[in-house]
Amino acid sequence: MDEPDGLPPEDEPALIHGAISSLSRGQLVVHSARDDYLDLVGSLYDDGYRVCMDLTGVDYLMHMERQLPPGVRAERFEVVVNLLSTEARRRIRVRAQVPGADLTIPSIFHLHPTTEAMERETYDMFGIVFTGHPDLSRILMPDDWEGHPLRKDFGVGRIPVQFKGAPPAR
Amino acid sequence: MSSSTELSEGAQELQPKSRTAGLEYLREAGSVLRIPHLPEDVDEVRTDDDTMIVNMGPQHPSTHGVLRVMMELQGETVLRSKPVIGYLHTGMEKTGEDLTYLQGPTNVTRMDYVAPLFNELVFSLATEKLLDVEIPPRATWIRMLMCELNRMSSQFLWMATNGMDLGAVSMMIYGFREREGILDFFEKVTGLRMNHNYIRPGGVAVDLPDGWRDDVLRLLDIFPERLDEYDTLLTGQPIWQERTQGVGILTTEECLALGITGPLLRSTGLPWDLRKDDPYLYYDQVDFDVIVGSYGDSFDRYAIRLNEIRESMKIVRQILDKMPSGDYRVQDKKVTPPPRHRIDESMEALIHHFKIFTEGFRVPEGEVYVAVESPRGELGCYMVSDGSAKPYRFHIRGPSFVNLQALPHMLRGGMVADAVASISSIDPIMGEVDR
Repeated sequence: MDEPDGLPPEDEPALIHGAISSLSRGQLVVHSARDDYLDLVGSLYDDGYRVCMDLTGVDYLMHMERQLPPGVRAERFEVVVNLLSTEARRRIRVRAQVPGADLTIPSIFHLHPTTEAMERETYDMFGIVFTGHPDLSRILMPDDWEGHPLRKDFGVGRIPVQFKGAPPAR
Repeated sequence: MSSSTELSEGAQELQPKSRTAGLEYLREAGSVLRIPHLPEDVDEVRTDDDTMIVNMGPQHPSTHGVLRVMMELQGETVLRSKPVIGYLHTGMEKTGEDLTYLQGPTNVTRMDYVAPLFNELVFSLATEKLLDVEIPPRATWIRMLMCELNRMSSQFLWMATNGMDLGAVSMMIYGFREREGILDFFEKVTGLRMNHNYIRPGGVAVDLPDGWRDDVLRLLDIFPERLDEYDTLLTGQPIWQERTQGVGILTTEECLALGITGPLLRSTGLPWDLRKDDPYLYYDQVDFDVIVGSYGDSFDRYAIRLNEIRESMKIVRQILDKMPSGDYRVQDKKVTPPPRHRIDESMEALIHHFKIFTEGFRVPEGEVYVAVESPRGELGCYMVSDGSAKPYRFHIRGPSFVNLQALPHMLRGGMVADAVASISSIDPIMGEVDR
């Protein structure tokens, strides 16, 4: 399932629906700019990638010089979507670049209702706003939590445990 | 801000229908009604104040941990519901960024605490894919043996808690009894009943102990008749059928749109099992059947899990025949610490041992997504390495987290008593939901 037929070797980026693709350890990856993201996921949906298995984010603040195929502009955040086609038994991964200055990306909830909780989790952990999501709110952290914990500039152990109703420390 | 606002759960809270905003309504309906072939119209008629919002949980014996389900009730009928999660969130993905690849399994094993070996397995497989190391056959067969036993113990625990939820309390005792037999074996092999840290990048922690084959055979001798007892106790019993048949029905299209996997998906008739459809380890070398249901209700899920124990026993018997001799971990000096006795003789071995356990080993830059079939569905691990000895980021795709989204749909229009059956049939493990 990892290596579909007819794909070029790793050093030759091919285009899938106009987006640059690459192989990462034999797994098919499509790189997308934020503006093309919605169209790309929609085209892949029409190709049979009907199941969204996973959606998450990565903050590349400490690792901006990561390996990307030529032509892909690296931004601070990435939204990573793992799609599955149950008929063809294939997987594909979409890596969408999201600039740190403007943390918004379209929601794919209307195509994949399963991303409801996943996009909320990504918003909760990284602060990435999914426009068009019906109910974007925190899902794992308390509602009055400040900051987004999985960002690389969110220090471990920097903030005391906060819970509502607890008396202030002093 | 009034005091009532401070005590509320904010956006997480389920408001009465009359006070629910349009977007919130869309979210609820959307999870079901955005599926193309289903009718578009939502029952948007806002009723008067004869409905009631009731909290089930977070501390409720039948919510399997700290799950809170808010339900809007009209009499005994559930109009709407919303799972509220996050009570067990401990930031394991953040913690994992500060642990080396060798320490990683100690962290992830605490996520799905009922099937801990699967978490270790998926973490190790992702690391090994990044490292590009080949695992010796014996290590792979040991992994399969332990995982299938763990699948059985997880399903036994589900049988136990599901029985307890629906009033078959004797089932709880039986399920725990069988699970304890497997956990005793785990303790003998790994040293711990749970949270084993047994499967590690590069192989497994230790070889199987002397007499392991007899222990496994003893378990395999006991279980078939115990499973037949379950059939007598539950499967054909009219009360059990009344409680579970036709409760919490899902269709294949809904499951795929909601990303639901595991016994929930298979109960709708789609034989999707990663062990068959995307074989990992040596699952392509063993013979077993994928159990499917036909109605997609709670009873089908019960029957699937019961029979998956039988299939797992079939796999374990084949593993016993095929278990080769050889190394239980890869002999790659980069990944594997030197044998204990070498440390007393060789300074280099001591340094090597020290370096591996303090600094860890470096993993080449890259990113992978690896998925295995856990007892609850697709357990995935997305791992990003920046070339250092700690994962730059790893994300666990917990099947419980995704499967729990089916809850509002399963409960809609049902009775409160059936809500317990539906929650139970999802088999959510909150450690994995909240991570």
